[in-house]
Amino acid sequence: MEHAVETGVTICGRRPHMLEAGKLSELIAALARRGYTVIGPTGRDGSVALDRIDSVADLPAGYNDEQSPGHYRLKHGQEQSLFAYAVGPQSWKKYLHPAQVKLWSAERTNGSFRILNNDSRPGPYAFLGVRACDLAAIHALDRILTRDRYRDPIYSTRRESLFIVAVQCTQSADTCFCKSLGTGPEISQGFDLALTELCSPGSHQFIIRTGSRRGTKLLSELKTSPASTEILQEEAQALEAAAHRQRRNVNQTGLKELLNKGFDDPRWESISARCMTCANCTMVCPTCFCTTVEDGNDLTLHHAERWRRWDSCFTLSFSYIHGGSVRASAKARYRQWLTHKFSAWIDQFGTPGCVGCGRCITWCPVGIDLTESVRTLQEGDTNGNP
Amino acid sequence: MTAMATLEAIPVANDPMLPQAYIVQHVDKETSDTFSITVDPEDGVQHCSFKPGQFSMLWVFGVGELPISISGDPAERGRLVYTVRSVGKATNSLVSRKPGDGIGVRGPFGTGWPLEIARGRDVIVVAGGIGLAPLRPVIYEVLQNREQYGRLVLLYGARSPGDVLYRKELATWARQRETQVLTTVDYGGLSWHGHVGVVTTLFKYARLHPSRSVAMICGPEIMMRFVTRELELQGLKREDIYVSMERNMKCGVGFCGHCQYGPHFICKDGPVFPYERIRPLLDKYEL
Amino acid sequence: METLERIIAEHPFFAGLESYYTGLLTGCASNVRFPAGSYIFKEGEPANHFYLIRSGKVALELFPPHDRPITVETLEQGEVLGWSWLLPPYVWTFHGHATQETRAIALDGKCLRAKCEQNHDLGYEVWKRFAQLMVRRLHATRLQLLDIYAVK
Repeated sequence: MEHAVETGVTICGRRPHMLEAGKLSELIAALARRGYTVIGPTGRDGSVALDRIDSVADLPAGYNDEQSPGHYRLKHGQEQSLFAYAVGPQSWKKYLHPAQVKLWSAERTNGSFRILNNDSRPGPYAFLGVRACDLAAIHALDRILTRDRYRDPIYSTRRESLFIVAVQCTQSADTCFCKSLGTGPEISQGFDLALTELCSPGSHQFIIRTGSRRGTKLLSELKTSPASTEILQEEAQALEAAAHRQRRNVNQTGLKELLNKGFDDPRWESISARCMTCANCTMVCPTCFCTTVEDGNDLTLHHAERWRRWDSCFTLSFSYIHGGSVRASAKARYRQWLTHKFSAWIDQFGTPGCVGCGRCITWCPVGIDLTESVRTLQEGDTNGNP
Repeated sequence: MTAMATLEAIPVANDPMLPQAYIVQHVDKETSDTFSITVDPEDGVQHCSFKPGQFSMLWVFGVGELPISISGDPAERGRLVYTVRSVGKATNSLVSRKPGDGIGVRGPFGTGWPLEIARGRDVIVVAGGIGLAPLRPVIYEVLQNREQYGRLVLLYGARSPGDVLYRKELATWARQRETQVLTTVDYGGLSWHGHVGVVTTLFKYARLHPSRSVAMICGPEIMMRFVTRELELQGLKREDIYVSMERNMKCGVGFCGHCQYGPHFICKDGPVFPYERIRPLLDKYEL
Repeated sequence: METLERIIAEHPFFAGLESYYTGLLTGCASNVRFPAGSYIFKEGEPANHFYLIRSGKVALELFPPHDRPITVETLEQGEVLGWSWLLPPYVWTFHGHATQETRAIALDGKCLRAKCEQNHDLGYEVWKRFAQLMVRRLHATRLQLLDIYAVK
């Protein structure tokens, strides 16, 4: 008996379907027909970057990636594969929580002022290729920006109209650790459609599932067939292999209390010794949400604007008050970031702030690995390297 | 002049990041660098009043925005008063406003002083420097609802006689019944005949009933550390002590992340905190 | 009219002192009164007394050369004024200015130093109390030094 259950949950009684890889273009076309601007991975400047996708040809076909602390390379893999790489430096907050956005503008009126709100509402967006870690990150941002004391209208409008086509990873990079955090590689909820790419010589297909009414409707417009038990087994094995391949992990048992109590742990010094406070980690992190505002005038002084930009707790000015910064040392700033991710975030929002995507490890210019930082604190290894 | 598409003045109440226009009524000089600015809403509508201890984000056209505690009388609905110390470009532009100028106000934000808990009890107010500003609304509230509270004791420390705020009001308050006002300065000139010494030296002159008191403290963080210690020595229970904390703020609504203090966002979990909750954080250097 | 001994015994500074020692102290004590505006002592003068303040206010003042005079502390009822009598060179380090009419018990330092030398138990009781006073004042002074209200 089939009946549709509301959004966010896998539709009960509906089997996963199979989509031939050649038909993926129809999925993109169906999204475009509905007025979505489709955003997906593209290959650019030696990495996987998120950008507008008009057709399958825009996807970085045949690439996989090599990631390790401070190291990222795109490599050629199987020619046909479309999603055989992990995540690149950009995350979906690029579109949901933009790096630069005008909050409002104002004009002078007789000593006072009038607020003008002329924001262009972009989108609606459809994200194609959201990995499990990034999906968890979107849910984390949902909690902060739409379900807290106040609601951020910029995020909310972009999020409400968002169509998510998730992709389950069938391989992991060396820096991935979603398995240990329980955020992946499997995806179970919070999407409209989910794809799993199964690519081998002579066969290229996607398993496609719906996770919402919208997803079901769109799925019905595509030529699919029910996925066979064998195909589903193949998928399960691929997902298991992806999880199994992950060599990094964070053991969260007792970690929140450890960080809470470990403020004065002398090992913070060595853990953060290499940190240059460049803020790369916060920029590539899919859950980091800190921003700053900038006010400005035009030359006539009649028109003012307020802009919001990404900010980072790693900058010296972030904690500036009364002639000085509270967190002056790199050690204090690194400690703040790590403690926020695995301790304070839980107090604030109910979950950790890390989703195990590994970007901070890959894109740290000095290769600081936060899983090592955590391990150092947990094991009491004073000779350990960060 | 550029052409702009679809300009519309949007209703400000929908978005906590949009300032409301308030008009400066008068700017009063308190000390050589500190001024109190009184503003009324431009549209004449009495928006929701504030709770003592809350703050606003004040915007000067094109210059910038600052978190400033409200220092006025909560009974004066709609009207807002801010006591601002001019220490840099943004504060200076704020105190340079003239009557008739418009400023942007967002808020009120944050938690207030525990006046409900203080009903029927003695209220001890300990203020250091400009910390008296966010506590002044408490004094107004208590004095205007005298029967609802017990004794009021104000212990106030300033840097020097020239830095003492609200001098006339201090004298008026001191004359109220069941009210004790003690002021001290760190550096006294020969013409100052009041107390000289840090604010904790005032405790020996204060008539306190610790077991039935609620204490509210605001001032530099280090001052709050030694005052809370002294209050405990005087016999106050930790759960009866409240402090107002401060950090860098950009949004005031829990989004920008700047004001985090341990797990707390000072803009929405504070700025007023029960001492018990932040006591373990006060000793942490570079938190 | 209270006796000197009772006043000393009841003064917070000597709380808990056995009556035998209070008796010894009384032998060095006298009642004093300083009119408002008068200087009890000046910086540099020999320090052979300390005072238990009963009422009024005394300001400790410093007159730095080439600068304005400042008051570093004020002491009122219940406070103790002066410890320079305890240690050589027995010289006052501030001006003591009675800004209001001040009544106090003056204790003769020379007399008391001699008694403390003879009776070390008395000496210990006196020193314990002065040490506590000094620690308190030192702490408060350090906090004043921080200049916490200044703009950085």
